[in-house]
Amino acid sequence: MNRKRSSKGFAFLILLTGLVVAIILSLTGTPSAQPKLKVGILHIGSIADAGYNQAHAEGAQIMKKNLPNVELIEVENVPEGADAERVMENMIRQGARLIIPASFGYLDPALRVAKKYPDVKFVHPGGYKLAPNLGTYWASTPEAFYLMGIAAGKTTKTNKLGYVVALPISFFLANVNAFHLGAQSVNPKVETRVVFTGTFLDPGKEATAANALLDQGVDVLGVIVDSPITVVQAAEKRGAFSVGYHYTGVQKFAPKGWISGVAFTWGELYTRFAKQVMDGTWKSEALLGNLASDYLTIAPFGPAVSPAAVELVNAKKKEFISGKLNVFQGPIKDNKGVERVKAGEAFPIAALGKMDWLVEGVIGQAK
Amino acid sequence: MTGSSLQGLLSGSIIAGTPLLYATLGEVIGERAGIINLGLEGVMLMGAAVGFSTTVQTGNPALGVFAAALAGALFNMIFGFLVIERRANQLASGLALMFCGAGLSALLGAPYIGSQIKGLNEIRIPILSDLPVAGTILFHYDILVYLVVPIAILVWWALFYTRWGLSLRAVGEKPTAVFAAGRHPYRLQYEALFVAGLLGGIAGAYLSLAVAKTWAEWMTAGRGFVAVALVIFSKWHPLRAIAGALLFGGAIALQLQMQARGVPISPFLLDMLPYLLSLGVLAVWGGARRHAAPASLGQVFRGTE
Repeated sequence: MNRKRSSKGFAFLILLTGLVVAIILSLTGTPSAQPKLKVGILHIGSIADAGYNQAHAEGAQIMKKNLPNVELIEVENVPEGADAERVMENMIRQGARLIIPASFGYLDPALRVAKKYPDVKFVHPGGYKLAPNLGTYWASTPEAFYLMGIAAGKTTKTNKLGYVVALPISFFLANVNAFHLGAQSVNPKVETRVVFTGTFLDPGKEATAANALLDQGVDVLGVIVDSPITVVQAAEKRGAFSVGYHYTGVQKFAPKGWISGVAFTWGELYTRFAKQVMDGTWKSEALLGNLASDYLTIAPFGPAVSPAAVELVNAKKKEFISGKLNVFQGPIKDNKGVERVKAGEAFPIAALGKMDWLVEGVIGQAK
Repeated sequence: MTGSSLQGLLSGSIIAGTPLLYATLGEVIGERAGIINLGLEGVMLMGAAVGFSTTVQTGNPALGVFAAALAGALFNMIFGFLVIERRANQLASGLALMFCGAGLSALLGAPYIGSQIKGLNEIRIPILSDLPVAGTILFHYDILVYLVVPIAILVWWALFYTRWGLSLRAVGEKPTAVFAAGRHPYRLQYEALFVAGLLGGIAGAYLSLAVAKTWAEWMTAGRGFVAVALVIFSKWHPLRAIAGALLFGGAIALQLQMQARGVPISPFLLDMLPYLLSLGVLAVWGGARRHAAPASLGQVFRGTE
């Protein structure tokens, strides 16, 4: 009796297992679930840094949302060099046909992998070299920093602005210069102090640097390091204002003192790249956007900024887009008194990589 | 230099020096027991990550500090097992511990990157905090700053005025003598590493909970190694470590203050200032051999065969 019942149970179990297997097989066999394009993206740091990496990661997520048939392979914390090459090759083996190596230092590894896999397309941020299957993209930021300077110059009460910057490299110097020129255009009494921490990631040192600037009476702090969180919080704690960079969502760390920020919104650009790769119209080019592009944005303004200042920023933004206004319009002297741009001339945006000086009124050492 | 920037420099030195001092005190205890731990950086990272994540989860930074200390101590027990139980090479094990701590802390901390915490509160001391200059320099910090010098004194007292400290130092000098006296060297070394881990964990938590109020991978940025160097600098003495940590923290604060003040010196050169200063002090002090390293530092007691 017992035996009979148990054998019945056994048969039932077999049947059930068979049914489950059949269901699984039928599900995986459906061809319509196959993605059309796999996109691989590599990040140098964490995608929750409220900074550089999060901006790229959010762009990739928006691309995925815009194009449901795109599948994303995302890897964080990839060191530059041989590791990056291995990760890219691994992505290609998994079927990736578009690779976004989202850090400046991935350029050479990406070029090496690109040569090996001519059918795979690569888009690299800020690169200065191209390959037939590797294009570059970035946006020129000084104009946006000039606009931040206007907002800061209108908001400061002590007429002292400060910047915590990782390293004195040309593009960062250009941003600080533009910021100061913008501030000076609305507030001739303003000065900008800059402190270099010597590294992209040392929150302890960033806090000390921020406090050193605040000790000098600075009441607006800007920041160019990987993650703006520490500096923005340090400013907020001591009742100062702050300006962000890279990512739009920094405001929550400084609800009172937030001015605004220069942010990258890569989503629509990544969507275009993916579409072009899918329909075969992608071509290698060096894309350099500006304020008119949908991937360079002014972050929402905080309560510290007056409506008149916001209006002025918007008006100047239009002048930049129409080409009426130029950030580095001569005459410009550097902070050692040397004339760098003659009256009637303008510093060419294409030569920003050679800017190794700070403008008059900026207190700091460029080298 | 104006009064306010001198105040800024001093409070900057204290804030930069505090995590260094906690870590250095821990390393002093370990090295006095004959164990050099190059993995201190990893222990600090574990403390920073666990302290931050606990604070995010519970909203209570005090609990964060407690968890960080415990995490540092337990993590140091792995090192203890390697170098005491398995008699592995201390330098190699220490470096392995550092990389392990960096990886594990990155894993633990990853979900909390970008999280917001209130951090340790500034504690104002009635009357003292309102003193004109000294009040702002000395009495507007969080609890961990106020505690660090008393802890240094406590470590000094424990090492030099208790039986436990005497045995511990004897282990670092001549473990066979301790064994002959009826105490077990291994047990003492484990105890030393446990306390060292507690202090290393607090050092990390101070960075993530009080200074930066954020977690980022490898946010200690070499401070663990600076602390190992400060042990030598302070000649294995807890009270001299106070001066060492303050001096090194002061050099970091000074170079950033100098930049903020617009001193016309290259930022690259200023960035080297803390290290140049250390080299200079070592060059001047280096000759005195009276307080040399514990005699058995780096060696493992293998019994009395």
